[in-house]
Amino acid sequence: MIAAYAIGANSAYVYIRGEYHKWIKLFQKALDEAYEAGLVGEKMKTTFGTKFHVNIYVHKGAGAYICGEESSLMNSIEGKRGYPRVKPPFPAQNGLWGNPTTINNVETLTNVPAIINKGWEWFSKIGAEKHPGTILYGVSGHVNKPGVYELPSGTLLTDIIYNYAGGVPGNKKIKCVIPGGSSMPPLRGDQLEGIAMDAESLKAAGSSIGTAGIMVMDEDTDLVRVLARISKFYYHESCGQCTPCREGTGWMVKILNRMAAGHGQKDDVELLLSVANNIDGNTICALGEAAAWPVKFMVSRFREEFESRMNNSLDHPSLNKVHSMRHSKITVE
Amino acid sequence: MEFKFTVENHEKVVKLFDNYPTKKAAIMPVLYIAQEQNGYISGEVIKEVSTILEVTEEDVMGVVTFYTMYHQHMPGKYHLQVCTNVSCMLRGAYDIWEAVKAKTGLKNGETSADGLFSLEEVECMGSCGTAPMIAVNEDFHENLTKEKALELIESLN
Ligand code: SF4
Ligand code: FES
Repeated sequence: MIAAYAIGANSAYVYIRGEYHKWIKLFQKALDEAYEAGLVGEKMKTTFGTKFHVNIYVHKGAGAYICGEESSLMNSIEGKRGYPRVKPPFPAQNGLWGNPTTINNVETLTNVPAIINKGWEWFSKIGAEKHPGTILYGVSGHVNKPGVYELPSGTLLTDIIYNYAGGVPGNKKIKCVIPGGSSMPPLRGDQLEGIAMDAESLKAAGSSIGTAGIMVMDEDTDLVRVLARISKFYYHESCGQCTPCREGTGWMVKILNRMAAGHGQKDDVELLLSVANNIDGNTICALGEAAAWPVKFMVSRFREEFESRMNNSLDHPSLNKVHSMRHSKITVE
Repeated sequence: MEFKFTVENHEKVVKLFDNYPTKKAAIMPVLYIAQEQNGYISGEVIKEVSTILEVTEEDVMGVVTFYTMYHQHMPGKYHLQVCTNVSCMLRGAYDIWEAVKAKTGLKNGETSADGLFSLEEVECMGSCGTAPMIAVNEDFHENLTKEKALELIESLN
């Protein structure tokens, strides 16, 4: 409501992913109560004595990851397939039903009440200077206490893993950490020391804060399988509008699956990188990069592991490696 | 079989029109109501929804096929959704997936002959901090092991 007031919006949609049935019901209940109490909708004019009012609606997603992309999300609210739109025009000029639209993450907006109550000086003192505030770190994978931790930005990655999330089971060494959700460049286990979880520090370390979803993988993890699974996800979620993303994600899965099964052929690493590079920067929305980056960075940072999975004696007969994959025995599931 | 909304559901549909400036925009929530009533989105459902919303059947079909949560076939009484994405995979989701397949005798996308179970391998459900997980219909079952997953299925009948 505050955010709607700030920009003078009379309609607001809260888009919640469809799988969150329980939480959608909770939110809808709270919203209904707010309507009843005259805090939202037409009645708020009388309640607050203002000319301003806003209607808030819940829109339930239906299992498409791409609808987290803002323009795809708008198409979804408009009752269409969740295809990302070509930008420009940007949503602020031409958004929902052609109206100027602002799209914010709920995590961002939840900071607003605290800032209003305690002031921006207070807020800007939390965490890293250029990236103040708290972050919800979702820690998963090989840690003793996975979960979501709200901590200041700039908290040391090692602090989160070892102190808050209780370290790695069996005290194993860490092979790889993805610091910002599966699309962000992975970090090697031996380069974690001193990395702070904020935009600047992670950029300097060659990655990015992304969603702050931290995935920890111990020394026994098969990174080829992990990357194959990540790629399968993007292959599944590609909306199919752009050829590089639609086709490239499938090719990467095929190559990675055959590598994971021990049938990698001798130039598969190069082939993978070339497919990823041809997606990167050549698509309508950022899902293309999201699919390409993990492949590019995982392969380059753990090259030995990927190379060890190539079988030098295997080579497909066709000169055109991309087409040759059609004859590959390893299929995309 | 012809599909018509029940009186009660029809009211819900009409009420949804208040939420959007166009009728078309109500496709997704209207499909959810239809799915709840009919179990899945049949050709007849698509026809009826397109008539009510004054859009083409293709418009509705396009939405149904884009989003994974609309069933195009009747799911089982218990729709088992096993997440195998990375955070779950790192904590043993593939063992669970294999065990669940063996236990139910189903492959990905199949429904058992008695209509009790249907099985789907799903992408991240947003429960990575409590991985691995299985969703049964709308309920999340988290922090699973292979044993717990099998017990869970055992308990469903
Ligand atoms: S990059 Fe992929 S997901 Fe994004 S618009 Fe293109 S095909 Fe769709
Ligand atoms: S990976 Fe399974 S819930 Fe996120």
